[in-house]
Amino acid sequence: MSDTPQTVADERIKSMSRLRTALIRPELGGIVGTVAVFTFFLLFAFDSGMFNAQGVMNWSVVSAQFMIIAVGACLLMIAGEFDLSVGSMIGFAGMMIAIFGVTLDWPMWMAIALTFVICILFGALNGYIVVRTGLPSFIVTLATLFILRGFTIFIPQTIERKTIIGGIREAAEGDWLAPLFGGKILTGVFQWLGNAGIIDVFERGSRKGQPVVDGIPMLIIWALLLVFVAHVLLTRTRFGNWIFASGGDADAARNSGVPVNKVKILMFMFTAFCATVFATCQVMEFGSAGADRGLLKEFEAIIAVVIGGALLTGGYGSVIGAALGALIFGVVQQGLFFAGVESSLFRVFLGVILLFAVILNTYIRRIITGER
Amino acid sequence: MCARPIVQMKNIEKHFGSVIALAGVSIDVNAGECHCLLGDNGAGKSTFIKTMSGVHKPTAGEIIFEGQPMDFTDPRDAIAAGIATVHQHLAMIPLMSVSRNFFMGNEPIKTLGFLRFFDHDYANRVTTEEMRQMGINLRGPDQAVGTLSGGERQTVAIARAVHFGAKVLILDEPTSALGVRQTSNVLATIDKVRKQGVAVVFITHNVRHALAVGDRFTVLNRGKTLGTAERGEITPEELQDLMAGGQELAELEGSLGGTV
Ligand SMILES: Nc1ncnc2c1ncn2[C@@H]1O[C@H](COP(=O)(O)OP(=O)(O)OP(=O)(O)O)[C@@H](O)[C@H]1O
Ligand SMILES: [Mg+2]
Repeated sequence: MSDTPQTVADERIKSMSRLRTALIRPELGGIVGTVAVFTFFLLFAFDSGMFNAQGVMNWSVVSAQFMIIAVGACLLMIAGEFDLSVGSMIGFAGMMIAIFGVTLDWPMWMAIALTFVICILFGALNGYIVVRTGLPSFIVTLATLFILRGFTIFIPQTIERKTIIGGIREAAEGDWLAPLFGGKILTGVFQWLGNAGIIDVFERGSRKGQPVVDGIPMLIIWALLLVFVAHVLLTRTRFGNWIFASGGDADAARNSGVPVNKVKILMFMFTAFCATVFATCQVMEFGSAGADRGLLKEFEAIIAVVIGGALLTGGYGSVIGAALGALIFGVVQQGLFFAGVESSLFRVFLGVILLFAVILNTYIRRIITGER
Repeated sequence: MCARPIVQMKNIEKHFGSVIALAGVSIDVNAGECHCLLGDNGAGKSTFIKTMSGVHKPTAGEIIFEGQPMDFTDPRDAIAAGIATVHQHLAMIPLMSVSRNFFMGNEPIKTLGFLRFFDHDYANRVTTEEMRQMGINLRGPDQAVGTLSGGERQTVAIARAVHFGAKVLILDEPTSALGVRQTSNVLATIDKVRKQGVAVVFITHNVRHALAVGDRFTVLNRGKTLGTAERGEITPEELQDLMAGGQELAELEGSLGGTV
């Protein structure tokens, strides 16, 4: 929805200032929120270590985690559906990797690949049931939430008699696929930065001489990549138009030749893919899978998407906005920790931002879309 | 009228549960003609054209398109065959921009290497141009359809169908919300595309509009046809009476002083 060609001057249009035109965009709530949050922490927590290399990496990783699931939730919400099973899917995917890779001792790449296939099939099943029955996705995926969480507890308990399976990092040693999720890149650059004294190095201990931040985790790369691809897909491709149309009015879209069912099922699969990326990065980082992983992640994803300007009823939203929503989430959560604020205040702060961003977004959206 | 029919609808029936919306309707539409469908509210006109545009699958009956039996399972099939429709309820998405709506389902593509992108420049240009031809100056093609007036929305839907209706153009009450200038624009457009060889199916409640552009007139009543008349075979009064199911209107007319 950009690059307007020549339009004839119309005496019935009040001229809008350049600034105002630039501001009227779905992401405005997210942008204002981001600026507010950073200003706040720069003012009140600058000395807390939040803005040195380690601190930046800390909240970047947390934000990237939110981003990965927010991207999936964003496209799905714009296509007019929800997925409440994201959190359970994260726990389930992690557990599957552990069962395949550790308990069954299969090669890690196989464990990961198979987990992706299974989870994406679950996503497809979610979508298939929703488009076939016409039930609200809220209900269908609520069922999946319980089913997957149940399996995630039942399977390891039956096989291993415990609900946490460790040893994943060792099992992934030397694997070619695992580093794509658990690895770090640009380690050479960071070593150089450390040597040059630009970032701190460890003074003692086993890692003496190594920089405190020794590379960019693949998690962050995945987040940026997913945001970029999803944004281009949504705004610049035919399929993106179909996503908007399917969520805007499924019947109208169908009558115009948009394959609505296909679009929705694919978006459920994409959400499942994002959840599995999240889970794989997480188990590679922790080295273990736990049956309670991913709890409540679906709501965090949805909140990030809504802060980012998407309409809960579908047909409207922005991936960039959702990414900013995730950033706000991550920075606030970690920032309050750095600032030494009671962690319960995190919720207060988040609630205030959510309310504020949504009010602003609603106002903007009314201007853009002429909703009455 | 020597053209061979481009679409033949034979004994189309459509049941919705226990409701018999269409009880065997047959018409054919020739290339280059405007075939008007008339009839009371609830007569089954919209249901009928929806079987033609792939929205509904007929319960019984046969659709023959360019001599071949056709089995449209999806509106996409009909659009791909060159049948474009303006539905009574428009099929527009208020949250989306005019140009995104205009090309919905038929997005123009520009390729960059092996990647395929939505060609927004082309879409915006064509939308602005087509809308101007219909007598509407858009504020911008990226304006959301929700910000347009009802008539402007209808005009977008018509312009879109005209743009994509390569062989058959179906218009379900396209002028119901239009102003005088836009209405005559639409009628002129129907006349223009008909002369280009497109078959037009035009649903209206307005006898004057029907007579202005129609070549043949089929009247539906309670899911059945009351017959098809050629232009010149029928007077406006006869047509009006047929549409309303005969004598009741004559009585009404008396009490309204002949204004209907
Ligand atoms: N999806 C549906 N389910 C059940 N009944 C339907 C459905 N669609 C149409 N009908 C019924 O079929 C009949 C014909 O409806 P249709 O919309 O075709 O009428 P119409 O001739 O287009 O009327 P109008 O002039 O008011 O547009 C009506 O009695 C309507 O109630
Ligand atoms: Mg109708």
